[in-house]
This record gives sequence, structure tokens and C-alpha cells, in this order.
Amino acid sequence: MDAILIQILNGLDKGSAYALIALGLTLIFGTLGVVNFAHGALFMIGAFCAVTLQKILTLSVTTIDPERTDFLGNPMKVQTPYVENWFGPEMGATIIDWAVPLAILLAIPVMVLVGFVMERGLIKHFYKRPHADQILVTFGLAIVLQEVIKYFYGANPIPTPAPSAFKGSLDIGVWLGFDPYSIIYPYWRLVYFFFAGIIIAGVFAFLQFTTFGMVVRAGMADRETVGLLGIDIDKRFTLMFGLAAAVAGLAGVMYTPILSPNYHMGMDFLVLSFVVVVVGGMGSLPGAVLAGFLLGILQSFASMNEVKSLLPGIDQIIIYLVAIVILLTRPRGLMGRRGVMEE
Amino acid sequence: MLGLERKDTLLLIAVAFITLFAPIILNPFPAGSALAQFNAGYPDLMQRFVIFGIFAIGFNILFGLTGYLSFGHAAFLGIGSYSAVWMFKLLSMNVIPAIVLSIIMAGLFALVIGFVSLRRSGIYFSILTLAFAQMSYNLAYSVLTPITNGETGLQLTLSDPRILDGASTGGLPVTSLFGAEMRDTTTLFVGPWSWDFSVGYYFCAVLMLLAFYLSVRIFRSPFGMMLRAVKSNQQRMNYTGLNTRPYTLAAFVISGMYAGLAGGLLAAMDPLAGADRMQWTASGEVVLMTILGGAGTLIGPVLGAGFIKYFENIFSKINDGILHQWFAFMPDGLENAMVAVIHPFIGKGWHLTLGLLFMLVVIFLPGGLVEGAQRTGRLFRRRDKNADHVESDAARQRAAAE
Repeated sequence: MDAILIQILNGLDKGSAYALIALGLTLIFGTLGVVNFAHGALFMIGAFCAVTLQKILTLSVTTIDPERTDFLGNPMKVQTPYVENWFGPEMGATIIDWAVPLAILLAIPVMVLVGFVMERGLIKHFYKRPHADQILVTFGLAIVLQEVIKYFYGANPIPTPAPSAFKGSLDIGVWLGFDPYSIIYPYWRLVYFFFAGIIIAGVFAFLQFTTFGMVVRAGMADRETVGLLGIDIDKRFTLMFGLAAAVAGLAGVMYTPILSPNYHMGMDFLVLSFVVVVVGGMGSLPGAVLAGFLLGILQSFASMNEVKSLLPGIDQIIIYLVAIVILLTRPRGLMGRRGVMEE
Repeated sequence: MLGLERKDTLLLIAVAFITLFAPIILNPFPAGSALAQFNAGYPDLMQRFVIFGIFAIGFNILFGLTGYLSFGHAAFLGIGSYSAVWMFKLLSMNVIPAIVLSIIMAGLFALVIGFVSLRRSGIYFSILTLAFAQMSYNLAYSVLTPITNGETGLQLTLSDPRILDGASTGGLPVTSLFGAEMRDTTTLFVGPWSWDFSVGYYFCAVLMLLAFYLSVRIFRSPFGMMLRAVKSNQQRMNYTGLNTRPYTLAAFVISGMYAGLAGGLLAAMDPLAGADRMQWTASGEVVLMTILGGAGTLIGPVLGAGFIKYFENIFSKINDGILHQWFAFMPDGLENAMVAVIHPFIGKGWHLTLGLLFMLVVIFLPGGLVEGAQRTGRLFRRRDKNADHVESDAARQRAAAE
């Protein structure tokens, strides 16, 4: 029992990332009808927002401390981050420590801006073009964004630790009445899961309970009629693109302590997220979220030693295998609507 | 000639001329001169030109004709390479059996994968092929290590049986065609120029010409016509009571076999095979090549393949020092500014240039380089015609005045 529970927990953090990216992808596809291969790059840009903030916060001024000397007897040079000078050493250290969560504040405007520029500057011109063209141009854009990041940040992963308050692990087993140390789960992954839950709930609440969301949903169902009612649906869809970009970016920001960001992380996640979207059903938001968590958990079950000894290599291919089976038996995906992207 | 129309024959002859004289054409700068680094006429790179040309020609038969965008074609390239290396290990260092096996194996895999994937179209087809390719890649990396040698990649060893060749003496044997070693190169010196003629290159070049000829025939055949009809409106085809599946499957298998041939040739030139060849970035590369050159055109994919490989190998070697040489005529400040501006796009940043170029092509030239050339050609022709009009108008006015 505890073995099963730990696999479910292990699947949750990856599943949350899949679900968040897939949610953004589906938002874009459902509203604008565009297949966005650059969505992984947005996830990556989000992650690099965290890196940037960390770099900015640790910018230091070098002063000479006459009271202390280094091993040669010269006065010691001390590097103090500006933040520590401004807010006092303790407060400054705390701010630096909390760089990743603080990066959320930076990432939201940056990502919304990136989303706007992308939609108005490029994707707008591709609504009428075939899906293949949309895939190709966004694929090109993904390469460009990836290379720009590589130019500025280098090719190596940059470690961005979680706040020290969240270092260490939680012994969930004890709570549930198992032996101590049977289920150990890092705090940050738990944070990530709850964070993903809040974002997902937020997006759904926004679409469900606000007038704006209602109009957007109406536009997703029948764009033409909504337009005929005198509503500027394009403007709202552009906003939704910004929102989707922000969701992907936030997923990236919070994922940095789990996986040190590198320039190709976007592409790695993109392929799997597309599989997730297709499994969930193109254009279905609940489907994307469900499939994200489902595939994340399945993947973690497949990497159990017991399963691997029975079916060697299954952990490597399980997601693709599920995708193939679902596409062939249920072309609409788990929760896809009838008539969306069906031939 | 050869069952082709006049225009296609001319194209074929032009391609044959360029490939056969490539060692000379691609080395326009004398060895040792400042521009010698832009010479692409060394065997290793020329082989890549034609091999990836074959790969892209095959991909174009599927994507260009039927419009099915496969994101997993690299799997067949990898399968071709693995089968060829196994043939070198087990049977003989002759390249013929290796290449035959790689084509057959890739064809078989394409048959299975195509049979399943072609049940869906559009983005679902892309995702299905991508999923299959990623599965093969992951399996080749992990569980299939006895067959693929995992991360190290499959290589020749001294203890391989090689039934037909008998026991080898000395070092590792090299791939050959009935005794003619693939790596044999004759260098010809004419004045300051040096031209490398390599057996391996000409072997690949002849196969590419065959592959190109075959693709021209497919493009012009009723079968090719049927595939175009699938691209323009599959539903209508189905309504007329025609089952399109066998046609698309045939196109998929043919293009898979082309990829297998390319993979086999890669292994024949350099007998090792790694799982990287199957990764989806490799599939993305062939998509880039085909689109950049011009999908659906005959010569486009070859151009695209050459273009990207040239970029990858030559453009990526430009560094700041060379830029400083180029802009040396400018005042110092301006020179440094120019170099600083261009710096991100050259050398290691060639991917950035490629990505930008690719986006520009998709946005403005959906027909790729070929369409670009056609448009430029038309522009000139129209200007000539306008000029004619102007002249004739002027003549008429003159006549009226008199």
C-alpha cells in the first residue's frame, strides 16, 4: 500500500508540470485554433525568469574590510549583495533565499508581455493557414527562443535552489499510520503540487465564474456567433494567449528547484505535453489536466522495479504507448468534444 | 529520355552534372587562401550533402505529395544505420548487402508504423509518428542495448564473425564496394586548387541520382497524382468511393525506405550507429530541410539538405577573428560594433540564424527556396515584358508623330 502511495506522490510533481503546460496549450488551441509548438519555450522562459531574478538579487558590491585579513595578510575583499546593504543582512539573505517564489512576481508581467508580442506579432497571421504551417512556424520560433536563451545563459544547467524553509522532506507515512520513513516526500514537490492545483483552479474559476470567462467560453464554442453579437472576441482571445503563456511560465518558475533550468528543457517537456494534450482530447481543458496527472502517475508506476523486471524498458515508453493506444481506440482523446480536429 | 518529359530530363541532367562535379564546384577557392574555409568540397561533408539529400527526397515524397507531416522519420534513419552496421559485423564489409538490409528493415518498420499511424491524419498523425520515433529512441538507448549497444553506439570490433570476409588481419576492416575502399580519396592539384575525389562520395552520389530519378518518376506517375489528390482533399476522394489508405501507406513505406537508405549510407561511410540518430530533433531537421528547400518540389529537398549541412559545417566555423578581417576596412569603432552585432548569429549561434531563416521562409515563402527562385525569375521576366511594352509604346508614339 505504501509503495503504491509513494508512486502516486512521485507522479504528482511531473504530472503537475505536464498538466500546467497542457492546460496552456489547450487554452491556445481551444481559443485561437493554433497548434503552438513554441509552448515548451514559454515554459523555459519562465524558468529563466527565476534564474534572472536570482542573478539580479545576488548582484554584489565589493568592499574592503580593513578589520579582517585574508591568508596573505592583506585586507579582505568582501562581496555583499546590494540587497543586503539596502535591507540589512538578515532581510537581504532571506530575500535572496526566496528568489524562486519571488520570481513569480517577475514572471507574470514578463510572460504576459511575451505572449502578447508572440500573438500580435506572429501567430495572428497564421489563423487562416493550415495547421502544418502553424506547427512549422512555432517550431522555428521555439528554436530561435531556445538559442537566444543559450546565448545569454550558456548551455549548462543553472542551479536555482528552493528557499531553505522548503529544503528537506516530509515523512507523510507517519501521518497515515505507516512505519516512519516509509513514505518520504520533499517539501518543494508538495509545494509544486499545491501551486499547480491553485493555478488550475484559478484558470477554471476565471473561465467559469467571470463574465469575461463566459464570453471566452462562448467564443470557444462558436466564434462567429459571438462576433456577430458585437463582441470583440479577438481581443479577448489575445488576452487568453497571454494567460496561457503566463501559466506555462509560472509552471517553469516553480519547477526550477526540481530541475535546474537549461536551454533545451522546453523542448523536452513540449513533446510530452503534446502527447498529454492529444490523450486528453484536443481543446478539452479538463481533459488536458486529467491526462497530465494520469500520465505523470503512470510514468512513475512504470518506473517501479517490480514493473520494470516484468516488462523491461516500460518506464521509457509508457507515455507514448498509452498515447498510441488512446489515439487508435478513442481518437477524440479522453474528454475531447465531438468534431474538434476530427477528420 | 528515360521516360521523362523534356523539362524533367533537363533538371535530372543538371542535378547529375552538379553532383558529379561537386568536388570541383564546391571548392571554388584555392587551398590556403583566406576564403578556403568556405570550401565545402571535402569528402566527409559532400557525403553528408548527398546522404541527407536522399533523406529529404524521401521525406518529400510523403510530406510534399500527401501533406502528412511526419515528426518521426529519423527512426527509419536510425534503423537503417543499425541494420547496416550489423551486416558489417556479421556478414561482410561489402556495402551492398548492408544497404539492401537497411532499406528492407526500414521498409518493414515503416509498414508497421505507417499502418498504425495513417489511421489518423493531421496533427494526430504527427503525434503518432513522433510517439513511435521517441519509443524507438528510448528503447534503443535502454532495453535494446544488446542490439544497439546503448549509449556507446554500435561499432565494429575485431572479434566480429564477418562470415564472408574470413578472419581479418591487423586493424579494423574498412567498408568497401567489391574491393574499392569507401575512404579512398584521390586528390587532384590544379594550380593552387586541390580537389578531393572520394570513392565513398561517388557511391553515395550515384545512389542519390537514382533516388532522385525515382522520385521524379513517382511525382509524374498516376500514383503521384493520386497522392496529390489526397493532399488537396482526402474527404472528397473517400466520397468517390476510393480507399486512399493503400496509397498513403505506399508513400509512407517508400519514404521510410529512402530514410533507411540514407541511414545505411551513413553507416557505410562511417561504420557506427548511435541512438542519437533517432531522436526527434533529427526528425525535426529533415522537416527543416524539406520546408526550407521547398516541400512538394522536386529539387527543393536536395537544396534544403545542402543548405542546412553547409550551414552546420561551414557557417558555424566563422568566428570573430574572421569578422574582424572582413570589416577591417571600416573605422575601428564601427568595425567593433559590426562584429558585436553579428556575433550572436555566427559560429556557435548558427542555430539561431537557421531558426530565423526557417521562420522567414515559413512566413513569407511557403514554397521554400525554390519558390523564392521562381519569384525572382518571374520578377525579371515581367520587368523585361514591361520594358518591351514601354519600347513598343514609344515606337507607336513615334510612328504616330511622324
